[in-house]
Amino acid sequence: MVVFQKPHALTDTPFHYCPGCTHGIVHRLVAEAIDDLGVEGDTIGIAPVGCSVFAYNYFNCDMIEAPHGRAPAVATGVKRVHPSKIVFTYQGDGDLAAIGTAETVHVGARGENITIIFINNAIYGMTGGQMAPTTLLDQVTTTSPYGRKKEIQGMPVKVCEMLATLDGVAYAERVSVDSVKNVLAAKKAVKKAFEIQQKGLGLSIVEVLSTCPTNWGLSPLKAVEWLRENMMPYYPLGVYKDVTKEGEQK
Amino acid sequence: MAEKLLMKGNEAIAEAAIRSGCRFFFGYPITPQTEISEYMAKNMPKVNGLCLQAESEVAAINMVLGASAAGARVLTSSSSPGVSLKSEGISYLVGSDLPCVIVNVQRGGPGLGGIQPAQSDYNQATKGLGHGDQHIIVLAPASVQEMATLTGEAFDLADIYRTPVMLLADGALGQMMEPVDFEEKPHREIPPKDWACTGHGGKRKPNIINSLYIEPNDLERTVVERYKRYALIEEKEVKYEEFLTDDAEIVVVAYGITARIVKTAVKAARAKGIKAGLFRPITLYPFPSKQLDAIADREHVKAFLSVEMNMGQMVNDIKVAINCKKHVSHFGRTGGVIPTPDEILENIEKVGGAN
Ligand SMILES: Cc1ncc(C[n+]2csc(CCOP(=O)(O)OP(=O)(O)O)c2C)c(N)n1
Ligand code: SF4
Repeated sequence: MVVFQKPHALTDTPFHYCPGCTHGIVHRLVAEAIDDLGVEGDTIGIAPVGCSVFAYNYFNCDMIEAPHGRAPAVATGVKRVHPSKIVFTYQGDGDLAAIGTAETVHVGARGENITIIFINNAIYGMTGGQMAPTTLLDQVTTTSPYGRKKEIQGMPVKVCEMLATLDGVAYAERVSVDSVKNVLAAKKAVKKAFEIQQKGLGLSIVEVLSTCPTNWGLSPLKAVEWLRENMMPYYPLGVYKDVTKEGEQK
Repeated sequence: MAEKLLMKGNEAIAEAAIRSGCRFFFGYPITPQTEISEYMAKNMPKVNGLCLQAESEVAAINMVLGASAAGARVLTSSSSPGVSLKSEGISYLVGSDLPCVIVNVQRGGPGLGGIQPAQSDYNQATKGLGHGDQHIIVLAPASVQEMATLTGEAFDLADIYRTPVMLLADGALGQMMEPVDFEEKPHREIPPKDWACTGHGGKRKPNIINSLYIEPNDLERTVVERYKRYALIEEKEVKYEEFLTDDAEIVVVAYGITARIVKTAVKAARAKGIKAGLFRPITLYPFPSKQLDAIADREHVKAFLSVEMNMGQMVNDIKVAINCKKHVSHFGRTGGVIPTPDEILENIEKVGGAN
């Protein structure tokens, strides 16, 4: 396995991410899928507002930087103009599941033929560690300094479970990048999501459980442990929807 | 040959957009502009175009952003409350130098306001459409014919200057039926959209559409560059109409539907021996400041009267344009009330008497 060779679909621009941040790994997985499918020249990516805002400098395909939360609507506009191109968004949990919830749900409802790469790190990274819709109960953030409380902030949002209820969603899988094994599974999921788009089956989304060591206040290693111990039980990994396997499922 | 069709103003915009090569429309229903969406829903499929009803005005304007970034001619329309929702997206379109046409068929405000015609979004359109140092071109039609003609010009201007262009109409113009002639006007030369995100096909470097510049000096440079383009727009694209202004002592300034009512009042004033004239800005940005200033320099001009369907928004632009050289006053009705020729005439007389 050639893990350390840079995929062609990534530019030479060095990542700005903190040490141990998993944004970089996910960028690589997306780029590898683009390389594997040979679609770099046919791909248009949409960057979010969040730590990955500079994604437009990292991917070697045409890129658009969307307003906070609006990437799915921007992707809709692009895809409707170029139905034969691959269009993906790359979004954090604040972007996708708070300010952009309506846009996210409705690309699902319309069965928009795009792929969403969703980074769930249970926090707002870019703005310095505020509570996200995916922040866990009792998790301390700068805007939930006593821990998130059900009575005050409600329960964390489970995006894949929610989107799987929509008929227009073709594929929803939650993966993690905490181990080599899980990274390989995540790689397969990302590639599959793009293939589903190529087949025109509807919305494909891959939710990636990710770390934010900086704002979690943990070392990169401890952050991975925290992800396993706290995020994985609440956000179980797995395929929540796969129209290519309907019938076999459940 | 000219084919004349009897149409509502809203429909004329939609038809003109299709004839201008627009194949993508994104909107969300709101009175009094819904006929645009409905016309598009019916007619876009016939030309292999797309009319998509978005989940909100916020989504619609961002679909516009995507379609524009992808290189397409694209239209969205709304009315006052919906335009407020679009303002985030408009600011990003400006910051990303993306062309598109946005229609505001104004109704009364603030808040949910009412559904009757108003011009209360003048300041929003010309000064406050989104955060940041910015302008967008604003065109104010005054007839169904102009709804059509200016729509075609709006698409050209958008593509030439890589900017959003707004057609600022009102509920009266939108609903009014008049004959309209869609005779093909030669379009202006449009530069190639080599910046668009179409997939690079391995043949060029990736195109990036973006409004983020984290280095203050970089951001300042892009804004300053954009303002050079605004200077060009201010120099070349000003449009206005004059009616009996040559010897006018009282110059009434009005745009859109109001200008038509003013015309009647001006004629009535003339019949009474009052030398009144009408100056009608067609571009609200760029505002015809120089032209108004030149008129203010005429010795026989005594005063300006701004007539608007709002509480007095354009009146300040006139004062600035003429450096308060002559007296400028405002008469307006708001909330969806349309001024009558009689009350305008009364105000012309008042202004005339005051001098
Ligand atoms: C309209 C708007 N509101 C708020 C912000 C500030 N803001 C920037 S990024 C962000 C949250 C990012 O968090 P997330 O989407 O989880 O991505 P991460 O940084 O964790 O990768 C916020 C609130 C903004 N840029 N625009
Ligand atoms: S703040 Fe968090 S999400 Fe952002 S780059 Fe640093 S570790 Fe990654």
